[in-house]
Amino acid sequence: MDRHLKLPLSDNDIKSLRIGDYVYLDGVVYTARDAAHKRMSEALSKGEKLPVDLTGAVVYYMGPSPAREGRPIGSAGPTTASRMDKYAPALLDLGLKGMIGKGKRSDAVKDAIVRNGCVYFAAVGGAGALLSKAITEAEVVAYEDLGTEAIRRLTVKDFPVIVVIDKDGNDLYKEAIKEYGRE
Amino acid sequence: MKELNVEKITEAVKEMCIEANHFLSADMNKALCDAVDKEESPVGKKILDQLKENLKIAKEDMIPICQDTGMAVVFLSVGQDVHLTGGSLTDAVNEGVRRGYTEGYLRKSVVDDPIIRNNTKDNTPAVIHTEIVPGDRVEITLAPKGFGSENMSRVFMLKPADGIEGVKAAVLTAVKDAGPNACPPMVIGVGIGGTFEKCALLAKKALLRPAGKHSDIPYVKELEEELLEKINNTGIGPGGLGGRVTAFAVNVLTYPTHIAGLPVAVNICCHVNRHVTRVL
Repeated sequence: MDRHLKLPLSDNDIKSLRIGDYVYLDGVVYTARDAAHKRMSEALSKGEKLPVDLTGAVVYYMGPSPAREGRPIGSAGPTTASRMDKYAPALLDLGLKGMIGKGKRSDAVKDAIVRNGCVYFAAVGGAGALLSKAITEAEVVAYEDLGTEAIRRLTVKDFPVIVVIDKDGNDLYKEAIKEYGRE
Repeated sequence: MKELNVEKITEAVKEMCIEANHFLSADMNKALCDAVDKEESPVGKKILDQLKENLKIAKEDMIPICQDTGMAVVFLSVGQDVHLTGGSLTDAVNEGVRRGYTEGYLRKSVVDDPIIRNNTKDNTPAVIHTEIVPGDRVEITLAPKGFGSENMSRVFMLKPADGIEGVKAAVLTAVKDAGPNACPPMVIGVGIGGTFEKCALLAKKALLRPAGKHSDIPYVKELEEELLEKINNTGIGPGGLGGRVTAFAVNVLTYPTHIAGLPVAVNICCHVNRHVTRVL
């Protein structure tokens, strides 16, 4: 089912999402990948606050290529989410509502998704040029020294994603293979 | 003896970095178009259409096909009758990478040390493989390698008794483990034989062969065909979201090996299998 949703996601939005739903997102998402997650994790373990409030937010696992003149961002597709699995449960427990990436998640992440009523979306890996067209604004908001790995606030419009893990812990990657496998 | 100033190599590498990251080769374009016809899953078809559209946008608007513009892998075949002048060959290649990634708005994805991890901010150094060959030409192949798929690549030190069935099982294990992480449809480079490092290099080189072109060795060609069918029967599909097209091609290279061993390397590449070759 194709749907349009405004960010931030409400609990009702999340309740209504099922694996395989094709969703176009409008609003603000924050980028963070390996190095930013490591730094956020270190901040939390020292009892410090995160540089951005992720309560109710959606994080996009992405590090863009540099923007050409007059454009908000360069190529901007998802990176492999499993590298953030070590850090994601703590962020979900703190109120993060959604994640956009690509690839499998660990059981610990799935448990945290179910425990907190969250959602994991996939964007199409390797379609960074196409996805950049759905990003209207981009601004570095933390860890600028990390370059492409800095935390950015993105404004997205009709950003195409698909629900891969829903709030009940269903996993599209597992279900879809059953349908098309011939073994 | 022919003289070649390494500045020419720098210039070529710079241009190739930019070209490879914006324009996919004809064989990969064709593989993608053919896949749209083959795919049975509606979601799979939709993903493949998005990938086609992505290639069009990349080319027309000069936005890299993928934000992971890779670590630059450079293969140099240097003719033994060439005298390289004007400085260090390695420095010249790295300078080309530096200029290409900086002037071409490509992402800088290289860190200076695997543990300390400070970004070098110019995507250097490249990974350079140099071979000395007969002749008076220098052939440069640049293959920027993204790490979504590189991370899912494997080396298996099989036993001779494992034979060809062991090889098939190893490749399928790597592909199934990779699943959606490696941005399918994938291209699978397989190296069989040699030593631990030789099979890995063969697997990487296998990715350079055009999709759809098979090995000249009859049993290897059969192996490639059978593995492609088996991989597409996993149901992983485009984006890992289910479908009939999980790989565009399986390319296998072999090399003599030791009486005690059967090394197998599986180098997985995503659908953005970038490589450009020039001869100077």
